[in-house]
This record gives sequence, structure tokens and C-alpha cells, in this order.
Amino acid sequence: MYQKFDVVIVGSGGAGLMAAMQLPNASVAVLTKVYPTRSHTGAAQGGVAAALGNQEEDHWKWHMYDTVKGGDYLVDQPAAEILTREAIDAVYELEHRGLPFNRTEDGRIDQRRFGGHTRNYGEGPVRRSCYAADRTGHMILQTMYQNAIKNEVRFFNEFLVLDLLVNDGQACGVVALEIRTGEIHTFHAKAILFATGGYGRAWRVTSNAFACMGDGMSIAYRRGVPLQDMEMYQFHPTGIYKVGVLLSEAARGEGGKLLNGKGEYFMERYMPTLKDLAPRDIVSRCIVQEIKDGNGVDGKDYVYLDVRHLGAEKIAEKLPDITDFARNYLGVEPITEPVPIQPTAHYAMGGIPTDTDARVVIDSQWTPMPGFYAAGEVACVSVHGANRLGTNSLVDLIVFGRRAGKHMAQFIQENDFAPLPEHPEDASREYIDHLYSSTGGESAARIRSELQNEMIDNVFVERTDKGLRHALDEIAGLQEAYQNVQLQDKGKTFNTELVEAVELRFLLDCSEATIHGALARTESRGAHFRLDYEKRDDVNWLKHTLAYRGTQAHDVRLDYKDVILIEDPIFKPKERKY
Amino acid sequence: MNILVRIKRYDPERDAKPYWDEFRVDVEPIDRLLDTLNTIKWTMDGTLTYRRSCAHGVCGSDAMRINGRNRLACKVLMRDVGKKVTIEPMLGYSVIKDLVIDMDRFFDKYRSIKPYLITHDNEPGTERLQSPEQRAIYDEGTKCILCGACTGSCPSIWGNPDWVGPASIVNAHRFIFDSRDQGGAERLNLLSNKDGVWRCRTIFNCADACPRNIPVTDLIEQVKRAIVYGGPEEA
Ligand SMILES: Cc1cc2nc3c(=O)[nH]c(=O)nc-3n(C[C@H](O)[C@H](O)[C@H](O)COP(=O)(O)OP(=O)(O)OC[C@H]3O[C@@H](n4cnc5c(N)ncnc54)[C@H](O)[C@@H]3O)c2cc1C
Ligand code: SF4
Ligand code: FES
Repeated sequence: MYQKFDVVIVGSGGAGLMAAMQLPNASVAVLTKVYPTRSHTGAAQGGVAAALGNQEEDHWKWHMYDTVKGGDYLVDQPAAEILTREAIDAVYELEHRGLPFNRTEDGRIDQRRFGGHTRNYGEGPVRRSCYAADRTGHMILQTMYQNAIKNEVRFFNEFLVLDLLVNDGQACGVVALEIRTGEIHTFHAKAILFATGGYGRAWRVTSNAFACMGDGMSIAYRRGVPLQDMEMYQFHPTGIYKVGVLLSEAARGEGGKLLNGKGEYFMERYMPTLKDLAPRDIVSRCIVQEIKDGNGVDGKDYVYLDVRHLGAEKIAEKLPDITDFARNYLGVEPITEPVPIQPTAHYAMGGIPTDTDARVVIDSQWTPMPGFYAAGEVACVSVHGANRLGTNSLVDLIVFGRRAGKHMAQFIQENDFAPLPEHPEDASREYIDHLYSSTGGESAARIRSELQNEMIDNVFVERTDKGLRHALDEIAGLQEAYQNVQLQDKGKTFNTELVEAVELRFLLDCSEATIHGALARTESRGAHFRLDYEKRDDVNWLKHTLAYRGTQAHDVRLDYKDVILIEDPIFKPKERKY
Repeated sequence: MNILVRIKRYDPERDAKPYWDEFRVDVEPIDRLLDTLNTIKWTMDGTLTYRRSCAHGVCGSDAMRINGRNRLACKVLMRDVGKKVTIEPMLGYSVIKDLVIDMDRFFDKYRSIKPYLITHDNEPGTERLQSPEQRAIYDEGTKCILCGACTGSCPSIWGNPDWVGPASIVNAHRFIFDSRDQGGAERLNLLSNKDGVWRCRTIFNCADACPRNIPVTDLIEQVKRAIVYGGPEEA
């Protein structure tokens, strides 16, 4: 079926819905593979950062400093300035739209501490995270969806986008599979926004939902758009042992501490100033180090998160969901027992490269692809650099989601529909038909699980040349095996086996780009830590990776793009200490 | 441990009517029921169909009827289900395939109660003020993940599919009792009609089903009182 809209937004998480809000006078379609309220934004717990200064003095410039330093200086500084300046107004916008923030005694938005957020350029922790209990993302998602209902936004729920349509260098639509009927649809548009989220399911232990399969990144990559800084993937220090479900940094923001098998609060030893509130890349590495030093619990590969000293009342009031997870999935009572945790795959700093208006740029010269936008976790503007600070993703969604919406509103005024390419659906139909008819006998579930194990073994917190090469060979093999994936379900109606097979290809693409970036980057920076190159190397590596897809896993082409710095000496790259 | 999993299956392209299917699965006691469904789908029968996303009880995708009660498959642990577990789609919804139900109607009803902040004043330059006490009054309703478990457990819905249902009332409550909102009267008016709150017979199935531990029935009672007394303040 063919349909035409001014704007097509793919993804109904925080970024997609925030963009949709900015387009009251356009015809807009929001396509989402899950019901809007099931989007992964709903899982975010801790909060959204903005220097409101409600409890103590704070300034956007301090926030910007923390963001740049937290990202180990791989941050494009003008973008970080926009992020932290506009965060303030964007949070007020959320409040005006109904978001039920926790409140201070005098009725203002309550704020709490979070990792890496400091006062006065690193002096000590600051209260910057605006929150709604430990379900801030849930409240953002609900509030934005509610506003979308109010504005009568048109949703296409349970539509899986398969392809981006590009004609003569201009984006002009998408092709999608309607999951319920198995029908293929073409959406013709002047502007297309990808807000499809991350790819945390590439790792076995992950905090990410099943839907986080890297869809948007892969689709763009296959249309010649490079993926930027994919080696910068964040592993959150406190995933529930083995399960990966996240215990928010809010637990440490409220005073929780990490405890090793010897009963020692070890972060004090590594990071004397910020201790347990040091940025995530550092804390995750400290945990891995403790485990290597034999300080894991019972010599095993986990340590504890301890919140016992906070007391039952504070735990119930500030951390209800987290407590619930520990009880439910581990049978552990956080009020009286420490909770077993390990680092878990969490967040993609990299993604589809964009400028600060969320326009997708396709090379090191910042050439835009007209009509194509990306925002949220799928995009790389790059405000998170080599390591994102907690609560900075939700800000990213609302600030750059909003900017995307505003820019598209202008773009559709000034531009007409570009014609669709000939036979726009052919590639997608051929691909889906192949999956239906294949008799290769291979199982998508097997391939996915091998991929996830390989990524945990060799593309995790610590990396080496040898391990990364192993992973690359493995991915190449899995991509070959993918050609033989065979479905048991041949039906059209709600074929989730087909959906999972399609998603697996997305995941393989993202993993491939991640490994290439990591292999080439012979330094350690932020979340990318090379055991064989332990130092940061600003002379050679203060630059962004761009990975272009080749014909197979081994021949990805890499290019590089300068990091944009500003003149102010306070933001000059220096060693990161906390 | 080895468990017998009985699942009500239905594929509109193949089956004239639903039937029971059985699988024997090796599971760990702390596996989620969702893990067990995945094991079946990924290693035994790829055609088994259900929704899921977050896998830890916050997105509302996988509400289903488990041993006779509406639960999220990702919040039920295998050690708690016994040697045999029976899984069906929730009642009160039409079935699309296997455990996947049609939720369009559910969301239509949600939309009908105007689930968004209604204000007529100009917005201030910063945030609107609200005290922690005012914030606490409507806290419970903000936890709702729209999973539909309450609505699907309600005999009043089974008997009258047009009824607005508990989930919608929970979400109406969330706004009616929000000190910033000015649309309370509109919503109370909507909920006082024949398919509004009065069809609730205070059976408490909804509160038992709610995976977010929202006291659903209590919230419905508060809305009833607000209607009788002409507003939330008076109730
Ligand atoms: C457990 C957890 C806790 C977190 N806590 C915090 C926090 O406290 N603070 C913070 O700042 N960040 C936090 N984060 C990170 C943050 O939540 C995410 O980065 C962010 O929500 C991503 O939002 P998004 O809008 O980019 O995408 P998502 O919310 O992931 O939405 C993606 C959307 O795209 C759609 N989609 C994807 N692929 C397709 C396709 N092929 N076709 C159609 N639709 C598609 C999906 O249906 C969905 O609607 C947390 C993350 C996790 C996992
Ligand atoms: S009130 Fe509870 S059971 Fe009902 S939809 Fe909301 S979360 Fe689900
Ligand atoms: S999968 Fe999200 S609630 Fe169960």
C-alpha cells in the first residue's frame, strides 16, 4: 500500500514523540514496531539532567564541562553547549506538558545527584538530575504519548520499517512491514526522522529491551550512510547478576555503594573525590579489575551494590522499582542484603552522524542527506563522545528530538516531495520472500546467541587486538550462516519469527561496525578500553570514526572526522581524574 | 527442573478454533516465564507467538493469563508456577494469534478519557509549582504501564465490552487528582455516563491483576466519590 505524509517519524520513544510535538501543522505519521508506550524510553529510571539549580547553585556551563570531560573529550563541544543550555527549557516543557516530577518542599522540581555531574568544574557532586521516582523514562514516555493523543498524531503501531528510500541522494520515504497482516507498505515523505533507539541486544548481558536491535543504524548503513563512533559502547556498572536488568545509578546517587567480596567499599580507592559516582566507564572497569584481582564475591565474576545503610524508608520512597527488581529476579532483599551486580551492555554513544539540527550527515565534510534526520540513541551528534553520563540520554532525546521536529517543520515548508525511486518496494519484498522461502535449515536464534556470546567475550569492557579479530571472523561466519536462516512460521499474520530474523540482520550490521571501529582505534578512551593500548592518544585519535559498509564483514571502510572544540580553555582536553 | 507448559494456540490462517498445545521444557527456578516461552520459540516451535519487549515488567507488552490469572510473563518466575503451567491469551480481548490480543479497543478507551493535562492558563517561565503532598495524591496512577491486565480480568468487561474499564479510570484519576489539571469536570462528566465508573461492581480482580501494585479498585472508588461530590476536592 502507498501512503503520503509530509513527515514520517520512525520510532515512538522519547526522541520520536518529542519531534512529533513540534509539527502541529504538518501531516505526520509515526511508525513503531511496538505499541508506543512499549518503547524502550519507558525503562529509563534515574532522571533527566538540567542545571535548574533548584536545590543548590548550578550552571549549564558546569553541566557542559561534565559532559565534555565525561565523554573523554570525544564530544563535539558546540553540540554539548546546545544540549546543556536547552536542557533547562526542555525540562520545563516536559513539566508544562504534565510530567509528574518529584517535588521539593517549596513545590519545585526535585533534583538528585548522578554519576559524573559536578559543581564548579569537578569540585564535588551536584544535584542536577530531575526525576520522577525511579521511573523517569516511563513518565517521559507516558507524558509524550499523552500529548501525542492530544495533538491527534497518526500512529502506525506494530509496523516494522525495513528500508529507507533514497532517490538521487535525497531521502524520500520508507518501506515497512505491517506485522499484523504481513503486508508491505510504502510511505512517501518529504522528511524522515529515525528515532529507533540502540542495539544493546548485541550482548548477552544487557539492560536493553528485546526491541533494541539497531534497526535504524543498520538501515541507514545499508543505504551508504556511515556509522559514527560505534566502538564507543557503554557498559553500565550495575546490571543484576546474570540477568542484566539495570539497577539505576540513582541507587548510588542516593548514597548506595559498591562492595567487593572482601567487604571493602572499593571505589574510594580508585576515585577519591567522586568515588561511586565516577562516570560509568571508569566504574565498570574498576569492577572488572576487582574481579580480576580475586575480589569478586566468592571468587566469582560479580560484586555487590549495597544500599542497606539508606534505610527502609528512603529505599521505598526513592528506589521502589529497583528494589522490586532485586526481589523479583534475585530473591534478594536490598533493605537487608547487598545485591549481586555485574556490568551490563547499556547504551550506544555512536550511531548515525548528524549535525545539531539532527540532519544526517554522510561524510567527514558534514554533507547532509536532504530529508533525512536522526535523533535519540540511534543518532550521534556527538554529545556523549566516548562515554555518556547518566541522565544525559533523556536530555539528548528531548533537546535533539525537539530540534529535529523544528527543523523538519521548516524543511517541509521549503521543499516539495522528491519522487520515489522506481520499484521502491522491490528490495524489501525480495528480502522477505527469501526469508520465507529459504530451506537452508539455519536458526536465527542460534546465530543471535552466538553473536551475543562473542560480543561479551571479546567486545566488552576490555578489548584486545586478538579478541577483536576473533570477533570479526566470527561475525563474518555468522553473516554467512544468516543467508541460510529458515523460518518455521510461514504465515502472514503476526509473524514474530520473521520479525526476529529481520532484526538479527540489523544486529549483525551494528556489531560489524562496532568491531571495526574498535580494532582500528589503538588507544583507550572512555568506554573503549584496549588492554594493548592503555593510554589515551590525543595526537592521533582525537577524532570520530566513520564506518562505511562494504560487501562483507571484513571490508568495511573507515574514515575519520575532526572533533569540534571551542576556544574556551576550560574545555581543553586534559587527563580525566575524579 | 522439567515443566509441562500448556499453551492455548490459535493461528487464524490455519486453525478453525483455538486448541491446547503442550511442551516439556527444562527450566531454572529463577527463569522468568518469558524465558521459558523464548526457549520454546527458539528451540522447539518457531511459530509460537507472543509480544514482549523490556523483559522486566515495565513496558506492559506481555500480559497473559497464567494459571488462570492475568500476569506479565516477564515477572513470573518458574519456581512459582508449579510443575505444570497453563498459559492463555487474556479474556475480554479478541485474539490475533496465539497469545497476541488486539489492544486497539483498549487504547481507544484510554484515549476517550482525555489522558493528558488540560490547562487553560498561560504557562509560567519555569515549572508550575506543586507540593510533595499534592504530588503524592495521584502518584499511584502514574505507575500504570497500560498492560491491560486489570481490564482483562474484569467480569464487567467480559459482560459488557463497551465499558470503559479499570485501566482508563486509573488514568483518568491520575489527571483528575493532579492539582495542575483543569479538565477534571470534563472527565468526571464522561465517566458518569452509562459506560463509565458505575459499571464497576467492586470485585477487586483488577487490583489483584495489576503488576504495578496499583490499588485499582480504590482509585475507581475515589473517582466515584468525586462524581457524587462534584469534584476531587470535595470527595
Ligand atoms: C534500563 C535503562 C535505564 C536507563 N535510564 C536512563 C536514565 O535514567 N537517564 C537517561 O538519560 N537515560 C537512561 N537510559 C537510556 C535511555 O533510556 C535511552 O537511551 C533512550 O530512552 C532511547 O530513546 P529513543 O527515543 O532514542 O529510542 P527508544 O525509546 O528505544 O525507542 C525506539 C523506538 O523505535 C521504534 N523502532 C525501532 N526499530 C524500528 C523499526 N525497524 N521499525 C519501526 N519502529 C522501530 C521502537 O518501536 C520504539 O518506538 C536508560 C536505558 C536503560 C536500558
Ligand atoms: S492499572 Fe495496572 S493492570 Fe491496569 S493497565 Fe495499568 S498497570 Fe496494567
Ligand atoms: S516484556 Fe515488558 S512488561 Fe514484560
